[in-house]
Amino acid sequence: MSRQDAPPIYLDHAATTPVDPEVFATMKPYFTEHYGNPASIHTVGQKAIIAVDEAREQVADFLGCKTGEIIFTSGATESNNFVLKGVLAAAKIQKPHIITSTIEHPCILDTCQHLEKRGVEVTYLPVDKEGVLNTKSVQEAIKENTVLVTIIYANNEIGTIQPIAEIGEIIKKANQERKNKIIFHTDAVQAIQYLDCNVKKLGVDLLSLSGHKFYGPKGVGVLFVKEGTLIEKIQHGGHQEYNKRAGTLNVPGIVGLGKATELTSKNRVADSKKQQKLRDLLINSILKNIPDSHLNGSNKHRLPNNANIRFDKIEGESIMLHLDFEGIAVSTGSACTSGTLEPSHVLLAIGVAKEQAHGSIRFTLGKDTSEADIKKVLEVLPPIVKKLRQMSPLK
Amino acid sequence: MDHFRDPHNMGSIKDPDGVGEVGNPSCGDIMKLYIKVGKNEAGKEKISDISFETMGCAAAIATSSMITDMALGKTLAEAIEITNQNIAEKLDGLPPTKMHCSNLAADALKKAIADYKSKNK
Repeated sequence: MSRQDAPPIYLDHAATTPVDPEVFATMKPYFTEHYGNPASIHTVGQKAIIAVDEAREQVADFLGCKTGEIIFTSGATESNNFVLKGVLAAAKIQKPHIITSTIEHPCILDTCQHLEKRGVEVTYLPVDKEGVLNTKSVQEAIKENTVLVTIIYANNEIGTIQPIAEIGEIIKKANQERKNKIIFHTDAVQAIQYLDCNVKKLGVDLLSLSGHKFYGPKGVGVLFVKEGTLIEKIQHGGHQEYNKRAGTLNVPGIVGLGKATELTSKNRVADSKKQQKLRDLLINSILKNIPDSHLNGSNKHRLPNNANIRFDKIEGESIMLHLDFEGIAVSTGSACTSGTLEPSHVLLAIGVAKEQAHGSIRFTLGKDTSEADIKKVLEVLPPIVKKLRQMSPLK
Repeated sequence: MDHFRDPHNMGSIKDPDGVGEVGNPSCGDIMKLYIKVGKNEAGKEKISDISFETMGCAAAIATSSMITDMALGKTLAEAIEITNQNIAEKLDGLPPTKMHCSNLAADALKKAIADYKSKNK
């Protein structure tokens, strides 16, 4: 694959982000110098536990909770599995019921389907055309046997932001009259860089995060577990993480994640503003200059770095690869990449027709995205779309 | 990859002798092959011109382009024998999840030939 020598224009930050150099520098000593096991009592081990404690404080500050409520995991997929399986394991009722939405990340949806096979009842709440959940529908879905409500804070494909705090209020009210309290979880993986993640304001009992989505390292994540929440561990072994998650801690990863939360809270407002401006330039110019292009999802309730656009009568993967030849990395929710022929479940959930869903491209900006990057996309994209349309049998 | 970036024999043919269309837009792949049929020196029917129109992923476009190269000049009897495996081999292999794309190309060609035959009974 021949590419230009210029550094790539990376517009796939919802997939992953580069580790911030400051984060990397903080992590480095914990590979070779302070390599101790934080569970060891000796001085070498103590160096590691001190670093982990500091990271735990950084994350707790960020989420507005106690340090004892932070559980480090291997990432959001583990955190989300922990939520679903752990809450069900702790639930002491016959046929427990979970409420979620149709536009969750696959690690929630796939786990829910797995649990359904084991007799758990799941309600998948629909969203409107913009991808927003109706809070009333949450209220109406609550049943006697409901044990958990899990709703994604901001969607990974179309960036739609859900009214988590409002849902938190509804659940709080419902719980006042209930013996078996409903537990409320949000997957905040995509939201962390841009939205307020204070767990008290959101009214959540559980919240999942992943390090590599906000300039931290891969392979490390967090589950916030509010004190007193009924959840059983799903990974057994040692007594790490308040006896909730066994396994030697990923010390460098945890140190990096801690630093990344600190940087994020410092830069959030300015970064959001800058990215939203560039993102709007991208969306508006594409919609204006490329015929039959449409924005997927909401204009208003949208992460500032997300643009998801569909182009009629062509296929997303082809657009993505042509952009890649130009040194531009974007992503597609297209089926071909996932090995099935089913288009994105999120686009189908917001009412996009199957044939249109296939022609969608997701651009997700990051803190280092420049105006020149966006202009380059705007320069190379129209001829790509034109060429693919010429090739298409659909006229 | 060249067959994806700069595909050969792209577009439609005016007054084609046969057209084969496979796939459907809802599964994301649709392929249309157009053929013109002539005679070779031995008087056998051969594909004298061929072109494609495809909406689909990179593999679908590349296999479309490849099959037009492979089929051009072949007799109908030879062309009908082209299998998805042949196309994939010519492209130096396709990942397993993309093999259905080369199926599409082989099927489209068979359909185009069948279309020609049904019109010229």
